[in-house]
Amino acid sequence: MAVTRFLTRAGIAERMSDFTRHLRAHGVRAGMPETESSLGALQLVDAGDPNDVRLALKAICASDVESFARFDELFAAYWLNAGKQRHDHTSTQSRSDQKNSLTNLSQKFSAPPADGSGSIDTPDNDNDGEAESSGEGKLIATQVTNRNATDMREFILPEDEARAAETARRIATAIRYRRSRRRKAARQGDGLDMRRIMRKSVATGGEPLHLLRRRRPDRPVHLVSILDVSGSMQLYARVFLSFVKGLVGNDQRTDAFLFHTSLMCVSDALRDNDTLRAVNRLSMMAQGFGGGTKIGASLRTFNNQYASRMAGRKTVVIIMSDGYDTGEAHEVGDALARLKRRGCKIIWLNPLLGWKDYAPVAASMAAALPHVDCFAPCNTLASLAAIEGELERL
Amino acid sequence: MNWQNLQTKLAGKGYIASSELAMAIHIALELERPILLEGDAGVGKTQIAKTLADIHNTELIRLQCYEGLDASAAIYEWNYQRQLLSIRAMAERTGDSGNAIDDIETRIFSADYLMERPLLRAIQQKKPPVLLIDEIDRADEEFEAYLLEILSDFQVTIPEMGTITAKSKPIVVLTSNGTRDLSDALRRRCIYNFVPYPDRTTELAILRARCPAVEPALAAQIVSFVQSLRKEDLEKKPGIAETLDWAAALGGLGVNDITVDPVALKSSLVCLLKTEADQAAIPSEVAQRLAGRAG
Repeated sequence: MAVTRFLTRAGIAERMSDFTRHLRAHGVRAGMPETESSLGALQLVDAGDPNDVRLALKAICASDVESFARFDELFAAYWLNAGKQRHDHTSTQSRSDQKNSLTNLSQKFSAPPADGSGSIDTPDNDNDGEAESSGEGKLIATQVTNRNATDMREFILPEDEARAAETARRIATAIRYRRSRRRKAARQGDGLDMRRIMRKSVATGGEPLHLLRRRRPDRPVHLVSILDVSGSMQLYARVFLSFVKGLVGNDQRTDAFLFHTSLMCVSDALRDNDTLRAVNRLSMMAQGFGGGTKIGASLRTFNNQYASRMAGRKTVVIIMSDGYDTGEAHEVGDALARLKRRGCKIIWLNPLLGWKDYAPVAASMAAALPHVDCFAPCNTLASLAAIEGELERL
Repeated sequence: MNWQNLQTKLAGKGYIASSELAMAIHIALELERPILLEGDAGVGKTQIAKTLADIHNTELIRLQCYEGLDASAAIYEWNYQRQLLSIRAMAERTGDSGNAIDDIETRIFSADYLMERPLLRAIQQKKPPVLLIDEIDRADEEFEAYLLEILSDFQVTIPEMGTITAKSKPIVVLTSNGTRDLSDALRRRCIYNFVPYPDRTTELAILRARCPAVEPALAAQIVSFVQSLRKEDLEKKPGIAETLDWAAALGGLGVNDITVDPVALKSSLVCLLKTEADQAAIPSEVAQRLAGRAG
């Protein structure tokens, strides 16, 4: 373990702030206060012992699970890299890769002409493997094309996308607020506000003349939307994306995911200010994949990786999928049951439900139904708008 | 006192801390900053506060967080019944209530009528206590905001009385199970440590320290079994608390070798597997396989 030979001479304070900058560059949230505390901490430990210093700085600078896990690597890269300065661009690389993965993907897929209408019924040739593993999903997608010609997949006009986003905004407001458990002073309410009553009654010789009240205010809920972009849903993907974008664009308490055979978080991409660019970027991704569907596995990934952070008692999870699945059906049920236990509400929007004579007989859909709080159609914008009232009751 | 000392002291009280944890506590104590412990349930986050109180021979003040926790349950509340009685009594005594209003007001909003809740009590102690704010992630975000003033300046502002500053700075330990993200503002004020499930040697040391009665061979079996059980796909992985419970249960059942009696093994697993699905996921055969590997 050789200590870094820095090229320039610098005082310890300067070096430490450079280290904080190094951490910041690698995504750890650290700033002036951390530099200051670090310098303080160095006096408390044996500054000559790299291990002591590492532990001390870790205690100060790491502030969440992720940075805690990566700290040792970052520390070694800065202080113990045997004279080679900044040689570990690997971690920077991986991080920026992660960040830009959306852009990279969109660049990858922007080679073919990027208009949604053209590629609707061309089967994608570049992912044979996926199509093979999911023959069922593909087949059903073709049926959709043949039978039903009047629903959302016809919308490719920007106005309709704008309308979808507008509908989303209305629905988001409908489910936005949930009654809180904590009381707050209010003009009308079911509880007495003893503190204020007492204060006022001093003036009236202890007679509580003014009865002031408290009530439970409404507090915002966290919206999580999970959108199926597999082959069978491909036709709806574009409009749904605008819909999801409408939900996410509202505020920070919203997250969005796409899934086909695996799950990815797209909240940040959707917050892109340029609506069209965001939608294009994402729909390109969606079309690029569009193979089989593994609803169960995707929901499990969500449970394992994100649910602990996002799904709580004040969460509404909106799943948009047709329920045609190439994975095991019971997996969907299990994953939803587990998600449900976190106390969140689950809404399942199914575009096929709007069809005449549709019954949710697909095995995964049937397995999912017992755990779903609201099961509604979403094949037309009107039907999306219609569920607003129903969602308000949840 | 350096951090190795602290580690030894903790071990002396039966808490085996990793060097990372010991260093974090050392720095938190020296810099008088709160320490935030994150990790799965049952890895000994709450225990660290109890052990710290034990080492410093001081009071442990615990605030259990829950959804809907508010200032009147966590910081202070006025004693309304007493205030009401007092106003009446004074009004009768003076005859004319009008003259004594100022007097009454200063009196009923004084310390006598204040009911201290854990946070206010913690900063009112002469000897610095250990303040444990347990499962902060259960409380809502608004409550985190209340905490900020207390955690950074150790003071509480009561509109009727003014600001109460700490007589002594308590040692603050916050724990979180990670059911939701905490605000950056709160994280920044704390020394952070993630408490993982312990590795084999650490867990063995903990078991030895906490249950000295368990035979060394059985202890090794228990630890191996639990370690491999954590690798299975479970909803709720058993923590150290569960390991200790199980060791005690096996002691109570008179089991000296977990591979011998499958029935006893299966029935004692209730200590480790806390949900129906998990119990179904580990049938007797799997348990025996794990036990066989452990033995």
